[in-house]
Formats: sequence, C-alpha cells, structure tokens
Amino acid sequence: MELEVNGPKVFVRIDELYQMFAGTIADIFGNFGNLITQTTVSLFVVTALLMVLGYIASRKIEKRPGGLQVLVEKVLNMLYDLVEQTMGKHNLKFAPYIGTLFVSCMFGSLIGTTMIFRSTTADLSVTLAYALVTSVMVWYHNIKANGFIGWLKGFTEPIVVMTPMNLISEVAQPVAMAFRHFGNVAGGGVLTSLIYAALAVASKAIFSWLPAYLITFVPPFLQVGIPAFLSLYFDFFSAFVQAFVFCLLTMVYVAGACPPPAEEDNANI
Amino acid sequence: MDVNAARALGAAICMGIGSIAPAIGEGLAVCKTLESMARQPEIAGDLRTTMILGCAVTETTGIYSLVVALLLIFIGVN
Repeated sequence: MELEVNGPKVFVRIDELYQMFAGTIADIFGNFGNLITQTTVSLFVVTALLMVLGYIASRKIEKRPGGLQVLVEKVLNMLYDLVEQTMGKHNLKFAPYIGTLFVSCMFGSLIGTTMIFRSTTADLSVTLAYALVTSVMVWYHNIKANGFIGWLKGFTEPIVVMTPMNLISEVAQPVAMAFRHFGNVAGGGVLTSLIYAALAVASKAIFSWLPAYLITFVPPFLQVGIPAFLSLYFDFFSAFVQAFVFCLLTMVYVAGACPPPAEEDNANI
Repeated sequence: MDVNAARALGAAICMGIGSIAPAIGEGLAVCKTLESMARQPEIAGDLRTTMILGCAVTETTGIYSLVVALLLIFIGVN
C-alpha cells in the first residue's frame, strides 16, 4: 500500500533568499525558516478569490435587487442576526471581522478539494494565527475595560490560589482553538488519503483469482465515486462546522471581554 | 520491539482510548439537547447552536489524541 502524507511543501527557504539579497533580510528579521510554502500560496489564492467575489457581489447594488444581491443580503442578514444573538446589540461592530474569519476559514478548507492547492487550515500556523488574533482582541478589550492592573487582577479571581490555573487556561484557549480546527481538517485529509490507498488495494484484491501477471493491469476502479461521499462529510460538512465553531468561539470569548454598557453603568452606581 | 512497530501501536492505542471519552460526552450532550428540544420545540434553533458549540468543545480532547497519533505516525520516520 503506497501512502504519502506530507506537511505543506516549502517553495522558498530563507537561506536561499539570504544568498540572493546578500544577507539583508536575514540580518533584519533573523532566521525564521521557511518563507514561502504551499500554505502561503493557497492563502494568497483564497484572498484573491474572496476579493474577486466581493467585487462581483458589490458591483451593482440596485434598489430593486437581482438574484445575486438578494442572496448576499440574505447571508449578511444571517451574519448580523447571529452576531447580535451571540454578542449582543452593542457588539455589532465585530460582525465584519466574524464574517471575514468565517469565509476565509471555510474557503481555506474548501480549496483543498481542488487538488491543486493545499488547504490553508491544514497548517497549524494559519489556525494558530487566527486563534491568536482572537486572544489579542480579548486582551485588548479587557485592558480597555478594566485597565492594565485590573486585567492582571482578573487572573487572581475567584481566589489567589487559582492564579496558575487561570494562566494555564489563558494559554490553553488559543492552543485548543487552533488544534481543533487544524486537527479536524488535517485529520480529514489523512483519512481521505488512507481510504484512497485502501481502495486501490481492494480493487486489486477483488481480481485476485486472475493470474498474477494480469493483476498488475487492473486499474484502481473502486477509487471512482466512493470517496466522494466521504469527501462530502470530511471536506464540506467538516469545513463548514469547524469554521462556524471557530467563529462562534471567537464571538463568545470576545463578547465575554465586552460586557453590555448598561451593566457597567449599574456597576458604577 | 521494533521502534516503528511501537510507534504504530502507540498511535492505535492513543486513538482508541482517546476517542472513548469525547464520544460518550458528545452522545450525552446530543441526548440532553434532543430531550429539551422535544419539551420546548420553540427554542430548538438556540439549542442547536449551543449543542454544536458544546460538541466542538467536547471534541477537543479527541482531536488532541488525533494530533498525538498523527505525530507518532508521521514525525521522525526512519
């Protein structure tokens, strides 16, 4: 059984650039290893695709909407409703960020089904970057609301003994978010390639009654069609659910750091 | 025992034991959500969102064992 599972391929390494630019870049930024990988290329492709889609969707906005405009308005309404339900009316300003996060996670996972580009979310660096953005947003809004000292004091709640646990949970939160998304997408990819390899073996095994020199000419015909149903779950459903869960968790964490203004007024009184 | 055999065995045990707890937890979560949905169908949409979120969080431990199993299999193969 032949099976090949790799991380993202590296196209340009920093030491190659080092030779090209006589060391200037590596002197400034230090040696940060792989510069251009498959993930970088797919990320740029996803970005360009989303920009083109956004341009097409917003090109002609009319008072009497056409088919595409109705669809886009419906999706945007759903997004704003979801954000209002989860985060409250005062946090509606986060809706564009949540929408961007959702489409980039979803398209990043789905671009792996083209077989030309690698899924961006099957790389831990991408999901960890998304998760760290969430963490930084939570910290920023906590510090903005409570001040730096108040933020630090928040770790000692409810009692001082709990401080190490609070610190660990603060670190574990982005790591858990990143690993969840990465594990689902990468695990789905590994499982799909395992099934492909197993089906190739199985389609030869069906014709094992043939003489040995004929078996080598049997094509892996079982690979046609059967993986499509698995792909429906592992690529499409999983991509949607994981992007949704990632956005939902982001909304819950950020909303926890941004309490509604009315409550703050009551607390001050 | 060969190192590669030990690696494969470790990955299998990791995945097998590691997936028990999330499966039970997710089953319980879905069971309770269904009960609540049957009792109060008017808040079914709200419950579904919360259930998906809870299931995803419960799944985290299973995903950890998956990542560890993948690391065992694919990292440092001689």
